[in-house]
Amino acid sequence: MTRVRQQGGDNWRRIRAIAWKDLTTERRSKAGFNAVVSLGITILVLFGFALGPDAQVLRDAAPGALWLAVLFAGVLAFNRSYQVELDTGALEPLLLYPGARWTIFTGKLLANMLFVGLLLVIVVIAGMVLFAVKVPDAWPTVIAVLALGAIGLVTLGTFYASMASRSRAREVLLPLLLFPMLVPVLLAAMQASKALIGADMMLEAGAWIKMLIAYDIIFVLATHLAFEHVIEA
Amino acid sequence: MTAPASSSAIPVPKAGSWPLFGWFTLAFMVFSQWYAIATSPADRDMGDLQKILYVHVPASWIMSITFALVFVYSLLYLWKGKDSYDLLAASSAEVGATFVGLTLVQGMIWGKPTWGVWWTWDARLTSTLVLFLVFVGYLALRAFIDEPQRRGQWSAAVGVLGSINVPIVWMSVRWWRTLHQMQSTPQTMDPTYRNGLLINFLAFTLLAVYLIRRRYEAAMIARAAEMTSQAAALGGH
Amino acid sequence: MTHPTDDVFAIEAQSIARRFGARWILRGVSLHVRPGEVVGLLGSNGCGKSTLLRMLATLLKPTAGSAAIYGHDVVTEADEVRRNIGFLAHTPGLYDDLSARENLEFAAEMLGGGHEDIDALIERVNLSHVRHERVRGFSAGMQRRLALGRLMLTKARVLLFDEPYSNLDTDGIRLMNSIISEAARDGGAALVVLHELAPAAGLLDRTVTIRDGRVADPTAALLAEAALASTAGAASTASTASTASAASAASISVVA
Repeated sequence: MTRVRQQGGDNWRRIRAIAWKDLTTERRSKAGFNAVVSLGITILVLFGFALGPDAQVLRDAAPGALWLAVLFAGVLAFNRSYQVELDTGALEPLLLYPGARWTIFTGKLLANMLFVGLLLVIVVIAGMVLFAVKVPDAWPTVIAVLALGAIGLVTLGTFYASMASRSRAREVLLPLLLFPMLVPVLLAAMQASKALIGADMMLEAGAWIKMLIAYDIIFVLATHLAFEHVIEA
Repeated sequence: MTAPASSSAIPVPKAGSWPLFGWFTLAFMVFSQWYAIATSPADRDMGDLQKILYVHVPASWIMSITFALVFVYSLLYLWKGKDSYDLLAASSAEVGATFVGLTLVQGMIWGKPTWGVWWTWDARLTSTLVLFLVFVGYLALRAFIDEPQRRGQWSAAVGVLGSINVPIVWMSVRWWRTLHQMQSTPQTMDPTYRNGLLINFLAFTLLAVYLIRRRYEAAMIARAAEMTSQAAALGGH
Repeated sequence: MTHPTDDVFAIEAQSIARRFGARWILRGVSLHVRPGEVVGLLGSNGCGKSTLLRMLATLLKPTAGSAAIYGHDVVTEADEVRRNIGFLAHTPGLYDDLSARENLEFAAEMLGGGHEDIDALIERVNLSHVRHERVRGFSAGMQRRLALGRLMLTKARVLLFDEPYSNLDTDGIRLMNSIISEAARDGGAALVVLHELAPAAGLLDRTVTIRDGRVADPTAALLAEAALASTAGAASTASTASTASAASAASISVVA
């Protein structure tokens, strides 16, 4: 019993150490985060041009534009998270620490969650201003939807980047693997956001939220199970 | 201290009676297509356009089979680590991608006269396209990785996750938009069409089994040849 | 922690082999290292030395054959093996944007140990003056010292070093040698991949030469050891000529 608790404590320490290390290196090379956020906002502006200046059209398209901006900008973050390990061959020492290797994945997942979470907050605020979206009455639920969508996005993004970042043509491989897999998350998050911003159809949003929860649980578990096989190869 | 680096490390599967099976499948396919087309009357609304049903629906059925095979063989590879499971998963994915591509093209050919457009964001068409892209990602990953063990492990992980996602994609796209006609399953169908469809399900299944098997043989032979030439070059056993 | 008994080898490899795709890099190598031994691993570039080391370190799975560290199989008991080995690769594997001390703190967290020894370790690898500076500005030799400090945190008993002397100055070489001989004295062992024997003079108990993915025939190994002995004698002249290549040249003449 104490051994189990000891192991749990060790795993938690490792998760925390990885997340701290990723966030610290990210914070110190500020260029990374600023560039990614700038890209996200640029994409929003481009969507504005593509959809025309009509306020109602923009408002209707806002959830889709927001999520795509976060998706395209976030993809850069996922590969970066492994680039830190690969630049100086730090992945090998990481694999040589005794103990469970899924903790490496969990740590990176938490760090990327924070990274993408901040990105999401900034892009959403920018998007609400640019696309003239009012704060919806159901804003706590909107935040929950954003968080659930982000979990799905970051889980699969962090997982696929562990392969793509170590392959040839990583820039194209990650989106190619990731985007089709994320179709359910994007649909659910966009539709739920749209329903909530439209301040109606609580029922419809509820169904999408349930789907998001199921998706998140399934893929958080599956990626943790598969990570050991992927990282050792 | 014997080197295990012999060329016989990979057992090459024997063709056996599979070529015969291939000829039989071909004959059976010709028969079942002829049977289906000959016995079914022209549809009240769609006329002879309805005949595409006998290639379209079985082709999309093969898609489900191959996804299931990719899932099973990928799990087996992760569990047992045998090369053959990896190559079987890959062969299933290649055959699956081909049939999904066919399904999409047939859907568009059917859609043009029926809906008046080549493409519509109908639930089944859209989810089939998304699943096609999942297959493409799987095959692209394999193409980008040279080291077989790494390729095997990674593509197995991608194959398992992709297969898990199939029902979720299906459901989410369906919720997103449903304006397709009721699903064409044998139960909801006039018996005059049903037999033709059933026999073609069987024919297409045989075809998929044959193609996967032959593709797998070719992949194993290619790998064994690679090893033999390498062993010869090194002057080993 | 298990304690070594006399009949357990520190490192034991049985016909271990590895291929990358169709290419056999290692074609069946057997190797036994007793506790207390320091063994040099020689061979030309691409002969499979590093591959052997990485398989012993659980970073690569053998295609065939098996290996064990203190009786723990490198595949089935990989975690126990990782508790016993210290692996030093070509690349230092440090985080550029963390300071020297933070790099070691991170390692201590990952190992589940305390932070008490860290300052002493930094002192030992002679980096106290830059402990709070980021690794990005370190020279290659300083990075290697820090990697050595991280390795000492693991309290590893079996050292697997891949060309540990590159980029090190005389002090660094002395430090490296003292760490290796301390490990051997405490009942551990070391397998060191070398390109030149000079820096390891007086340290090695014997050498093993790998050629074409196999252990080279004993004659060549003997010649290499003879060369080693003569280098050890001539160590004071501090010749940096590659005795490894001299040894392989000698073995070629024997074959001819």
